[in-house]
Amino acid sequence: MRDWAYNLKKGFRSLRRMTTFQWILFVAMTLLAAFMLLPIVYLVNHALKPFNELFLYPPTFIAKQPTLQNFTDLIVVTQSSAVPVTRYLFNSIVMSVLVFFTSCLISVLCAYPLSKHKFPGRGIIFSGIIISLMFAPEMVGIPRYFVISNLGIINTYWGHVLPLVAMPVGVFLMKQFIDQIPDELLEAAKVEGAKELRIFAKIVVPLCMPAVATTAILSFQTAWSSDETSTLFMEDETMKTLPFFVNTLTNNLSNNVANQGAAAAVALLLFLPNFIIFLAMQKKVITTMMHSGIK
Amino acid sequence: MSQELVTTAGPPRATRRKKLAIASTLTSMRKNWLSYVFIAPFLITFLLFIVIPTIAAIILSLTYFNAIEPPKFVGWLNYQNLLTQDMVFWKYAIPNTFKFAIIVGPLGYMAAFMLAWFITQLPARIRVFYTLALYSPSMTAGVAMSVVWLIFFSGDRLGYLNSFLLELGIISEPVLWTQDPKYLMTVMILVTLWSSMGVGFLALLAGLQNVDTQLYEAGRIDGIRNRLQEIWYITIPAMKPQMLFGAVMAVVGTLKAGSISTQLSGSNPSPQYSGHLLINHIDDYGFIRYEMGYASTISVLLLVMTYIVSRICWKLFGSKEE
Repeated sequence: MRDWAYNLKKGFRSLRRMTTFQWILFVAMTLLAAFMLLPIVYLVNHALKPFNELFLYPPTFIAKQPTLQNFTDLIVVTQSSAVPVTRYLFNSIVMSVLVFFTSCLISVLCAYPLSKHKFPGRGIIFSGIIISLMFAPEMVGIPRYFVISNLGIINTYWGHVLPLVAMPVGVFLMKQFIDQIPDELLEAAKVEGAKELRIFAKIVVPLCMPAVATTAILSFQTAWSSDETSTLFMEDETMKTLPFFVNTLTNNLSNNVANQGAAAAVALLLFLPNFIIFLAMQKKVITTMMHSGIK
Repeated sequence: MSQELVTTAGPPRATRRKKLAIASTLTSMRKNWLSYVFIAPFLITFLLFIVIPTIAAIILSLTYFNAIEPPKFVGWLNYQNLLTQDMVFWKYAIPNTFKFAIIVGPLGYMAAFMLAWFITQLPARIRVFYTLALYSPSMTAGVAMSVVWLIFFSGDRLGYLNSFLLELGIISEPVLWTQDPKYLMTVMILVTLWSSMGVGFLALLAGLQNVDTQLYEAGRIDGIRNRLQEIWYITIPAMKPQMLFGAVMAVVGTLKAGSISTQLSGSNPSPQYSGHLLINHIDDYGFIRYEMGYASTISVLLLVMTYIVSRICWKLFGSKEE
């Protein structure tokens, strides 16, 4: 957080040296940025509004008396129902953390040999991954359901985690990143008697941390915000996650105004972790993206 | 390593050479066993949840399958029906997807490039704030944001947009933004554009920052006069790989969209099919009518479309070796 404040201070200083063109851009981009953030600012405010402010006319934008009432309401309201909101939250956390670690691990494990080893089948596998960059799970939801039901992992955490851990984008980004590590470095380590596993753990992984971080962010975002696994692969209500729950809150929102505050509160819960993680790692993400090109 | 082994081939007889090639591949595979162990976890999940579903979709698309009885093979019938009988497909799903994709895809992509370029023209220290502001929307969960959109575009006077426009006197009575077939598509496009600055945008931004500044100096000597020429002759060629990555991400992101229309209008199909995209058509047949075979046919068609469009991007931005 400190270097953010530092950046801001330096940033204002550099404003003084800008050309006219940059000033025009600066004003236009600031307006656009404010416009883009509007719905998010609104979401934050709506989640913090007390009940009597939610339905004022004319509608207000900023919460006059911010309160956490919506969050406590959320817990109270669902306490009497079959599944308390804490259960959805717990499922979401378990699932996202598992996806986060597993997909990072298997992506980097796969990317390293693809980049540095010359083994038969490498070309085919990499082309397969490139082609699957164009793949969206939304397009083949039905066969995915049959695969998962045949594996017998409906209504288990496996059903949440496994479909999401294979992230072609992650492997692709990491492979491009590891390509930048000079071969000589690995050769030198080999000459000194380091085994593959050691090279992997002590050289490759530390050097490609930016790419690992990027994959981590992407996989966490996917897992934390996806309602696909809950909708399709979970029948048991106690196994579903937060994004599914918010869906039930927003369904028929126009008829059921009482839930507005609660829905906004959950929506905010779904946004904040993504935002904080990205904030912490954004420098690493940009470094990774420099090598993201498809050559 | 494997090349050395192949060159030890003895008499120049084709069969013998082939045998040797196989043998050398096998030894090479044995020697690299660790590589396969490394790859295995990803490869298994990749095959199970990406490759097999895709193949299964292709097979199912040739059957009649209602999820209760076992699939019956019907050959090309589903494709025939889809292409010749399905009025909703031709009248709504295709034109809507086309309209949606043209605006969100190429225009969104160009906007992403332009905005990324604008950001790199600003002083380095303040870039990060703009990056964050533009990227943040893509971090919101689509499902969760519907709470915001439904209030923003709410059909009564309490809706922010209605209230705002009424105040200004632009409209005289509240508009049902998400229920009126006239407006649903526009709202969908706006919301999707808002959240479309994702990974591809970051790649473009990083690519722009990565262009060698010496190229620009050389360009100035060669007679490049303004920034537009600079973008066209130097920047874009220098960051083609990132342009391609961004383009592929844009294509996939655009063609997989569909849940947005359900979230906004609250029903699938949306009112008078006004926001009916191909994904909605799949869900309609797959999860509402349980015609899994037919739904798979639409999926396959969508996959093929995605592939073709991505290939076109490849032609535009790909390097020669590919």
